[in-house]
Amino acid sequence: MTKLREFPIEGKYGKYGGKYIPETLVPAINELEEAYEKIRNDSDFKKELDYYLQNYAGRPTPLFFAKNLTDYVGGARIFLKREDLLHGGAHKTNNCLGQCLLAKRMGKKRIIAETGAGQHGVGTAMAAAVLGLKAEIYMGSIDIERQKLNLFRMELLGAKVHSVDSGTKTLKDAINEALRDWITNVKDTYYLIGSVVGPHPYPMIVRDFQSVIGEEIKYQIKNFTKRSPHALICCVGGGSNAMGTFFPFLDEKDVSLYGVEAGGLGVRTGKHSATLKEGSEGILHGMRTYLLQDEFGQINDTHSISAGLDYPGVGPQHVQLKDMERAEYVTCNDNEALDAFFKLSKLEGIIAALESCHAVSFAMKLARKMKRDENIIVTLSGRGDKDIDQVMKYRKKYIGR
Amino acid sequence: MSYLQNNRIEKKFYQLKAKKQKGLICYIMGGYPNPIACERIISSIVDGGADIIEIGIPFSDPIADGPVIQEASFRALQKGVTPQICLNLIRKTRKRYPDLPIVIMTYSNILQKNGFRQFMEMAKEAGTDGFILPDMTIDESKKYLEYSKNLELASIFLVAPNTSNLRIKKTLAVSTGFVYVVSVFGTTGMRNSFNKYTLTAIKNIKKLSSNKKNISVGFGISTPDHVKLMSNYGADAVIVGSAIIKKINGNKDGSIIQLQNNLRNYVKSLKAACTN
Repeated sequence: MTKLREFPIEGKYGKYGGKYIPETLVPAINELEEAYEKIRNDSDFKKELDYYLQNYAGRPTPLFFAKNLTDYVGGARIFLKREDLLHGGAHKTNNCLGQCLLAKRMGKKRIIAETGAGQHGVGTAMAAAVLGLKAEIYMGSIDIERQKLNLFRMELLGAKVHSVDSGTKTLKDAINEALRDWITNVKDTYYLIGSVVGPHPYPMIVRDFQSVIGEEIKYQIKNFTKRSPHALICCVGGGSNAMGTFFPFLDEKDVSLYGVEAGGLGVRTGKHSATLKEGSEGILHGMRTYLLQDEFGQINDTHSISAGLDYPGVGPQHVQLKDMERAEYVTCNDNEALDAFFKLSKLEGIIAALESCHAVSFAMKLARKMKRDENIIVTLSGRGDKDIDQVMKYRKKYIGR
Repeated sequence: MSYLQNNRIEKKFYQLKAKKQKGLICYIMGGYPNPIACERIISSIVDGGADIIEIGIPFSDPIADGPVIQEASFRALQKGVTPQICLNLIRKTRKRYPDLPIVIMTYSNILQKNGFRQFMEMAKEAGTDGFILPDMTIDESKKYLEYSKNLELASIFLVAPNTSNLRIKKTLAVSTGFVYVVSVFGTTGMRNSFNKYTLTAIKNIKKLSSNKKNISVGFGISTPDHVKLMSNYGADAVIVGSAIIKKINGNKDGSIIQLQNNLRNYVKSLKAACTN
């Protein structure tokens, strides 16, 4: 049987993935594919990336036993993979450093990227700055309004931010605009996608650069127990922190994998971002995957309290894992995520990103049903400083009820 | 190389070549600015001398399109234009013009949502002659090509200025109706001038096609001078899109009759450049 870790095969994860792109991008995508094949097993490249991951970004990140949370829940032991401690405040930096180094090897000096909440934009701006590249970031005008602080951070880091006013003025439109830029400036520009989405080879490249999360978990868990963890839990927007956590464990069938999507105001309200749970097969942003779309194939608006999960598509490898029932995808509503946000802050002294709190919330539910000698690992994909304003606003409503 | 004998597009090119004319392909956004006006717009364009009509089905995320068509797409969707409304428009146009080649331009997801085959069958039944899907690459097209062939629909692929010769040959081999040459690095929309690379690319593709495939050039074309320029370098037809949408947008306060006159005259001026 084919091992799950062998995918993509010919650019596909089962029937998902592929390259659905304007012809102008085909040479650029092929060039990227060739360049990546060359460096992925190149020890010099690995050494250089490791250097930056350790000395610049602060890897490895700790695996922390959340004893207070575990005692509070009263079930399986909960461990937290602390990507929130990575430079930049989120796992995004792993991928940005990897791809910026790749771009440099390819001789590309101009980096473009899309960003929703701004985390990938900040990560790109940081990596570009330290590696001497020029970064331009596309961000929806509504997202800019919601995340003014990140706009300023990107500018401080020397990036140029383009406000995107087309369509729904959010992440998916920022991706559209970045793709249009790439079509126009294809010769000298490197498009740095921030999640495991887009045409092949992007879902693979981003997954590989994020797999450092799961690789570290593999040896760090040995300090606590002999066996592999019983369950891995991550939030899923596009799905990069989840894929980075899952990938090294894909062929270990006794490790359960859970992806937690944003249930927003509740999946029945239609105001959510639960693509795997509620979506259907479609083609967008260069890939065949699951999409939130209407009966005619128009892409829906999405909703989540956390801008980082607010995307109507999802990485194609996740769809394969869902179809094969290798991973289970569940949802967590805005209120549940907020509740986990408060609990984690008070019990463990960790203010985690609202995105990550979706995973924490589900972990609390799952742990209750599991035995005390079983282990759950939750990837805390980012820190919550960026969400403070929003939480304050919600808290007024929340407590007022 | 594949060829569709009974397809109106291929027939049209055959006639044009016999008359030593270049073809004029005009794009409109289906249901834009509203379904009724859109029907009248098509009539004026055909009356003006358009050889082939390209009908866009609006999509929420048109990555290959520049601001003008993006905006038209967005507004059409806001007004509730659906793929069915566009197919109805094709049905009506087909009744009025039995020999007019009609091509649908849209994105893959519109077909995918219904199932490629079902959608293509519906389109065929409505009177469509072929598809242009800017996000469909030859690499992903196995089933799409199979359905196109069975339904005798033209599968019109795009070729860009940076497409390698090997890939151009592969594309020529699977394209029917015509091959869509993207004139520039960029999205759809008007350009003031064209660079040398555009002309080199057209010449090269023309040469590689050894006159067996019809070469149509699009993106950025808006004036009779552009038409002549592309023709001189070997284009068998030119495609005009954003410029037409812009004329429609510019008519905000005018009457539909005035718009129809403007469009008819504009298309006439472009077609005149195809004939000498």
